[in-house]
This record gives sequence, C-alpha cells and structure tokens, in this order.
Amino acid sequence: MQVKKRVAVVGAGMTKFMRRAQETGKELAFEAAKQALDSAEMRMQDVDSVALGSAPDAFDGVHMKGEYLLDGAGGWQKPYSRNFVGGGTGVFSVIHGWWHVASGLFDTCLVVAEEKMSTCLPHPQTAFLTIFDNMIERPLGPNLIWIFALEMHRYMQKHKIPKEQIAQVAVKNKRNALDHPSAQIAKAVTLRDIMNSEVMAWPVQRLDISPVSDGACAVLLASEDVARKITDSPVWIDGVGWNLDTTYWTNRDLYFPRYVANAARMAYGMAGITNPRKQIDFAEPYDPFDYKELHHMEGLLLCRKGEAPKLTKEGVTERDGNLPICPSGGLLGVGNPIAAAGLMKVCELFWQLRGEAGKRQVAGDPRTAVAQAWGDLMQIGTVVVMRS
Amino acid sequence: MPSQPQGTGLKEEDFEREKVLTVAYQPLAKYSWATGVAISRFLSGLKAGEILGTKCDHCGRIAVPPRIFCELCFKRSAVWVKLPDTGSVNTFSISHIATDTTRLKTPTIPAVIEIDSTRHAGFLHIIGEAKPEEVTMGMRVKAVWADPEKRKGSITDIKYFKPIK
Amino acid sequence: MSDFLRIEGDFPVHFRYTAGIAGENFLREIKDNGRLVATRCNNCQLNYLPPRIYCERCMSKLEEYVQIENVGVIQSYTVCTQDNEGKQLAEPVNVAFVRFTSAHGGLIHRTSGEVCVGDKVRAVFKDKSSRTGSILDIKYFEKI
Repeated sequence: MQVKKRVAVVGAGMTKFMRRAQETGKELAFEAAKQALDSAEMRMQDVDSVALGSAPDAFDGVHMKGEYLLDGAGGWQKPYSRNFVGGGTGVFSVIHGWWHVASGLFDTCLVVAEEKMSTCLPHPQTAFLTIFDNMIERPLGPNLIWIFALEMHRYMQKHKIPKEQIAQVAVKNKRNALDHPSAQIAKAVTLRDIMNSEVMAWPVQRLDISPVSDGACAVLLASEDVARKITDSPVWIDGVGWNLDTTYWTNRDLYFPRYVANAARMAYGMAGITNPRKQIDFAEPYDPFDYKELHHMEGLLLCRKGEAPKLTKEGVTERDGNLPICPSGGLLGVGNPIAAAGLMKVCELFWQLRGEAGKRQVAGDPRTAVAQAWGDLMQIGTVVVMRS
Repeated sequence: MPSQPQGTGLKEEDFEREKVLTVAYQPLAKYSWATGVAISRFLSGLKAGEILGTKCDHCGRIAVPPRIFCELCFKRSAVWVKLPDTGSVNTFSISHIATDTTRLKTPTIPAVIEIDSTRHAGFLHIIGEAKPEEVTMGMRVKAVWADPEKRKGSITDIKYFKPIK
Repeated sequence: MSDFLRIEGDFPVHFRYTAGIAGENFLREIKDNGRLVATRCNNCQLNYLPPRIYCERCMSKLEEYVQIENVGVIQSYTVCTQDNEGKQLAEPVNVAFVRFTSAHGGLIHRTSGEVCVGDKVRAVFKDKSSRTGSILDIKYFEKI
C-alpha cells in the first residue's frame, strides 16, 4: 500500500469525563479542540481540515449531530466531515483524520470526538434499544446488558475462565485511573467489591461495567514536514486498520472478535509489526466491560486465545508489568462517553510516547503502542499503531 | 499533558433544585418498519409453527434468520428450507433486569439458540421451564410454541425454548 | 407472502438539554434583567448573539459578555398557517429572523403582528414574575 505522507499526532486535549456536564456538546467539543490546538501552539487558521466523530444522535438528542457540533469543533468554513461507527468511533476518528493527511490532500487535520449521553432520558441505555433487531429481537424485551452477558459468558465458558480473573481487570483499571486528571470514577476497589456488586445479567455485575459519561477529546494531525516544524517530538501514526462483521451477531461465535484481529493485522502490516507481543510496548484496548479488555487483547494478537486472563493474573498487564494494558485507567476508570472514549486512548498513547503521562507514565521508554476501539453490534474493530 | 481538563459536572439534585436551566423535549418518533422480503416470510412461518431459513445454493450455508442474500458469497439465496425447531444453547445469561433497567422478581434467561442442521446459525430467544442453575452451554433445547390461534407472526409465537430431557 | 410486511414501534426516549455555560448566562440575563447579552471576541471584533463561549472563527475562549441594545431589524419573516403535523392553525403565527446592529447573529422569534423586511423591532419581555429563564420570556418582537 502506498501512503503519500507520513502522519503525526502533534497535539492532544480532552475535557473531564463527567456523568452530567453542564456544558453543551458544542462547548465540550470546543474545550477539547482548544486544548489540542494550544498544546501544539497552533491557531485555527493553520488547521486545514476537521474530522469529527460522535455516536448516535439519540444521546445528545440533536439530529444531524455532526453539523450541530461543527462550530465548537473548529469546523467553521473548513472541509469538515463526521464519522460514526458506534463505540469504534474514537479510534476511527483518528483514521478518518489520517486519510485527510496521508493522502496528501491536507497538511493538517483536527480530530475531535464528543458525546453527551446525559441528555437522553430516562436512561441513555434506553437509546440502545434500537441496537436490537426491531423485528425479531425487540419483542423479547431485551436489555443492552444481555448482549455483553452473552458474549462474556461464551468467552468464559470457552476458555474456562473464573469470574475473579476477569474482575481483576476492573480493579486494575479503576486504580490506574486515580492518576488521570479527567477520570470520572477512579477508585481503589478490591476484587471482593467487584464480586459482591449487584448481578445485572449473569455473568455481568454492576462494577464490571464502565459508566455513562459526557466528554470530548481532540488530537491534531500533521504531515511529516509540517509536524517537524510544530514539535520536536511528533508521535507517528504508523498503522491503521478497521474491519467490521455482520449485524447478525447470533450467527457468529462470540468468544473471539475476529473483526478486531482483521483490523489489527491490517494496522500491524502497515507498521511492520510481525510479533505484536514483543514489538508493542503497551496497549490501550477498548474496555467498556472488564472482560472486553481480555477479549480485545486476544483480538489484537497480543497473546494466544484464552491467555489474556493469565497475563492479568501474573501482573504482566499492570503499569509496571512487561506489557502494560490500559495504563490510562481505561473506560472502566476514566469514563465512557461513547465516541470520545476511544480518542481518550489515542491521547494516552500520545502522552505516554512523549514521556508526558505524569504519574501514569509506563517505565522503560516506550516507543511503540496500539490503541483499539470497538462497537456497533459487537461488530467493529478500529486499530491504530503509534510510534515515537 | 494538560493538567487542568475543563468541564462542569452536575448531580441529579442540581436538576431537581433547578440549579441550571434546561429544556425538556419529547420526540414524537414512531416507526413503521418494512420487515422486508425475507423476514416477512419468516414471520408467516412462525405463525404456521415453523422455523424457516434460506439456503445459499452456491456455498450451501443456511441462514436463520433468513436473508435474501448470502453474506459470504454475496449472491441471492433463493431456496427456502423448513428447519427443525430444536437446537443447542451457544451462550446464555441470567438477567435480573428489565429493558428499563428495573429489577425483575424472577430472572429471565436469554440465550443464543443454534438451530439444528445449520452451521452455527441461530437467533436470540428465552429459555423456559428451566431453573437458572440447570442451564448449560451446549444444552439441547426445543421450541415451545404458542397455541395456533394465539400466534401473530412474531418471534414470540415461540414462547421459549425448553430443555430436551 | 403478503402478510407481516410491517412492524410498528417507537423510540421511547425523551431529552433534557442543558443551556450550557453561555446559554445559562444568556437566559439568566433575560430572566433576571430583561436584557439581551452577547459574548465578545476582541480578536475578530465580533459580538456573538446568541452568545457562545468560543469564537467559531479563531477558536478563542470568550468570557466577556456585552449588552445588546434592544433594537433589532427584521432580516426576514414568514407567516405560518400549519403546525408541525400539517394541521391548520386557528390563528396564523408570524415568525421573523431579527438582527441587531451591534451583534453578529440574531434571533428567531414571533412578532406581534405583520412585519416587513427592514422594520425596526424590539423584544417585549414578560413580567419578571412570570419569567422562567426561557427564550419564551420574550413574548414577541413588536414594531418600534
């Protein structure tokens, strides 16, 4: 594959992740975009294009959400477009922005991702009802948690994983998030807290789940020549990948996300990664539920199928371990504004690879990392590989 | 890293005490979805007490729920087949919450049922006549149908799947 | 084959929108003081009405609120005879887009009677005791 221009991330910013923000979606988008611009000491007139990601209009309750968010996201009189692939949006936004610059069409692209779920009542989860097939699934009275419970149970059963090993991920990520200034529900919880929490739909318990959130993130992308003028430490996007599977989720075996593996292979191929376990220094896989971190570690080919729980148990995935996973605190600790969550992980890669992650910094001078998001109806894997 | 992320968090009480100004809106969104060629026939099959699928004559894959095309070959699936109303549990959960997240007195057992004679094709349904602790992965189950005069051409024409003892 | 062609359903959600940081200030000024405010971008020399906490052109953060004189000009108008569902209204409703000379932007609102493009108008506010912090605290715009 021929890429015209190498692309770097040169700035990043994000809001707090909150259960209910006073700010409108536009204001959230602005605060994140502004921080990203300021961090690169760039002005709006230096930005050639804008790529915005936001998930269902039903959360913010605004039709044509891309157009609505435009002014806060810096899109005024710019080539501006919106992408949407469910929860995969956060990382996909970076890929969407990457196209703008890698193609040679633009030198810079501001990537923004936003979600304001608190607008939707009685509970944002109600907006997810339409994710089920309206003809042959909705009449059964489903709850969104069912899908996760069914996938989690299949994964556990296939590899004989005890619940405690999965719950350990929630303990780790919520603790990691204590060092993240934007974190919504960082807490030092114990394994017992998770195991004693309310059973929603077995095997899913309340503390296995990331929260409902409002928030926004942004990164600034630049082509190689321009990036080197902006900063001494650009972080290169060396690989991108995305892949989707069918909405007939009941026709696939849910224990392994093959579409994540397909996306990972695409990104690794571009980045020249032949041995992910050895060549990736740390990873931010998508963790809306604790078991998903494990599911996605395997999908990202960072370990064998069924091996992820063992790595967690052995401490390999702790921040000071051999392969830190979700050093940010992930969605479980920082929060989950649907589209912005994935971009939070890309921001984390940016800060970590520049040695700017403060108390969250993983040791050993990391050079190569992967961020991944997931969503729709258990359908999409979006992956980026970044290098300093 | 920017040390001071922006954002003004509110609590539910702030709304109750009208600490901030809001606008409420109830959309009048109603839908009349076309079920499509494949599902409309599937639903008539259910009313008649049958589970129908479509077969791809290129690769032989049977799809249930049926589709007018084979996803793998991207060719039309023109052949309709009647399938057994038995299958195996691919995965299941024990749910204590209703659609609106309120707690249920008796848990529901949603499951993905793989229908016999297909290659892992199945659909979402509920397991009945079984205690939660009796349900296992791979368990053999059979559809329990609503009485013919009560069937409406809906997935609920199958009341639930019960274990085959 | 011709049965079961449609399934009816709805989308059982409703929404609660916050006014936002700028919107809160805008509506509170209307409620408490019966006046219109905009936010000023000194970089671009623009007063944004309705106010925003950002300038859409240069992305500066805007924190300075300026009062806008209650003298507007009809930029455009229309007369509505039907409601959202296409039913005939008992009385036609006059709606206009009102610009203000010292502000960038403008407001959509009702007018008390028929207007023409170019007419000078002013906002007529409800009594303070009946204001709730809504755009409807302005009853309508009337010709000056």
